Amino acid sequence: MSSASPASRWRGPVQLVAKRIGLAFITLALVSAVIFTISGLLPGDAAQEVLGQGATPEQITALRHEMGLDRPAPVRYFEWVRGIAIGDPGQSLVANMPVADIISERLPNTLVLAGLTTLFSVPIAFLVGIWSAVTRGRAADRALNIMTLAMVALPEFLVATIAVLVFSVKLLWLPSITIVPQDPTLGEFLRAYAMPVMVLGVGVIAQLGRMIRAAIIAELDRPYVEMAVLKGVSQRRLIFRHVLPNAVGPIINAMALSLSYLFGGAIIVETIFSYPGLASLMVNAVTSRDMPLLQACAMLFCATYLLLVLIADTVAILANPRLRQG
Amino acid sequence: MNITSLIRAAARLPVSGKIGLVLVIFWIVIAAIGPFIAPYPPGSFANQEVFAASSSQFWLGSDFLGRDVLSRLLSGARFTVGLSAVAVTIAASIGTGFALMAAVGPRWVDELLSRGMDTLISIPSKIFALVLVAAFGSSLVLLTVIIAITYVPGNFRIARSLAVGLARLDYVEVARARGEGRLHLALVEVLPNMIKPLFADIGLRFVFIVLLLSGLSFLGLGLQPPDADLGSLVRENTSGLAEGALAIIAPAVAIASLTVGVNLLIDAATQGKAR
Repeated sequence: MSSASPASRWRGPVQLVAKRIGLAFITLALVSAVIFTISGLLPGDAAQEVLGQGATPEQITALRHEMGLDRPAPVRYFEWVRGIAIGDPGQSLVANMPVADIISERLPNTLVLAGLTTLFSVPIAFLVGIWSAVTRGRAADRALNIMTLAMVALPEFLVATIAVLVFSVKLLWLPSITIVPQDPTLGEFLRAYAMPVMVLGVGVIAQLGRMIRAAIIAELDRPYVEMAVLKGVSQRRLIFRHVLPNAVGPIINAMALSLSYLFGGAIIVETIFSYPGLASLMVNAVTSRDMPLLQACAMLFCATYLLLVLIADTVAILANPRLRQG
Repeated sequence: MNITSLIRAAARLPVSGKIGLVLVIFWIVIAAIGPFIAPYPPGSFANQEVFAASSSQFWLGSDFLGRDVLSRLLSGARFTVGLSAVAVTIAASIGTGFALMAAVGPRWVDELLSRGMDTLISIPSKIFALVLVAAFGSSLVLLTVIIAITYVPGNFRIARSLAVGLARLDYVEVARARGEGRLHLALVEVLPNMIKPLFADIGLRFVFIVLLLSGLSFLGLGLQPPDADLGSLVRENTSGLAEGALAIIAPAVAIASLTVGVNLLIDAATQGKAR
């Protein structure tokens, strides 16, 4: 242990975090290049899409020029990136309005759905993970293992179908379409969100629960745990005061991963419940081949993913005393 | 490995693993012979009634157009299992091929491949697949390639960490000193020793691929009519949800039994090795 001053003790981790932030930006730039390239590879372009099949070549050339599509790809790419950076990713081809307006209307809905799902599923996942870790190898753990293993592999639309059948068709408790009410009471709000949150939560709980179990078990095999057990520490104290603080790194990482799983799940869930969120917007953009909208949605999802990973890395660095020494 | 030792290994699996194995074999058989044992042609309007319940003539009832659900499920399973199997083979071949190049090749190859794959892996797989489908469309061949490409980075990451670990071991160094070429090092020295963990990864990726393919088809962005995989069957019968029609439940349960089966089998097989 070095007796460094507080300031220099933090220099190591701050440098590490700064490096991670830099790397995240580089990755985001590369991702944007990949998305731009793929979505620009197709033979027909936006001008063709707008004018339809019956357009003359002259009309298309004129519109291409007007839309700036006849400029070289690198120029268009940098224009596009600049647009995204200042919050103006262009004009939607189908809705004929700025992409930014459409997205800002939908984004809050997806954030609410993701937030509620997180609130609902993370505590349950902890419960599942901790319970199966402390009963490792016994009946409870084995049963939970099979259950989570099956839940990970269930397609969202099966879970959604069963949920709709049980709660809206048979029991008539919940609506089968999620309509976000204006100025809802708490009851209305919960009723509207109960099913999409449950369906999305199934996958998150299973995945996160399994990873939390693995993280705790990795710690349980360490000598310090044996020491604490021999010292007579109660199991509750052992898990919450000794093991969990040491497992923060991997657990935060697992949370970032399973929250990013939420986006994938949201694509199906938002569509099934006709929920006006970002993921169903992206599906519509694919169906109508609205490339500017699609590119913007894809970038938003990728940026969020990178942000989650970055937060997880930062927390792991700050929580790890060994890394903190630099 | 011969057949008796395989059977002995299967007998040693825990109950959950045996259930998984039975489900996996069941779906492989269905994918192989399904269309031949189907009672009706999958496209024929066999039943006057739509969303009919199960009967002795129509075991799984009829769909939204009065077609036999069992027959459509049998032909849909072939698309789901077959397309996913081809896609996972392509994904694993490319991913593992690149991983071996990274392990035995010069350092800059490893750097280049790893950075490139790191970039692709930070695009969530469903988002990546959606962008690819939007750009290229989803004919049968394109869909297979798109789904395969989506899962190359994940396989590369696992395979590279296995291959790089092996390539550093002494016996590979010895082979290198002996003057063996890079191709020999990759295929004869490294690859055979990473087959087992690689198969576990391929199995998990197969599950992801089945889920992705069914999800895309469910959204109407996957397999296009008249072809229909299990996800398309769920999609086309969504109007039967309110009456709890078998036509929507049966294909959804079929997908789940396939993916859960593979997961159970892999979990049991890999745990047996660790013990």
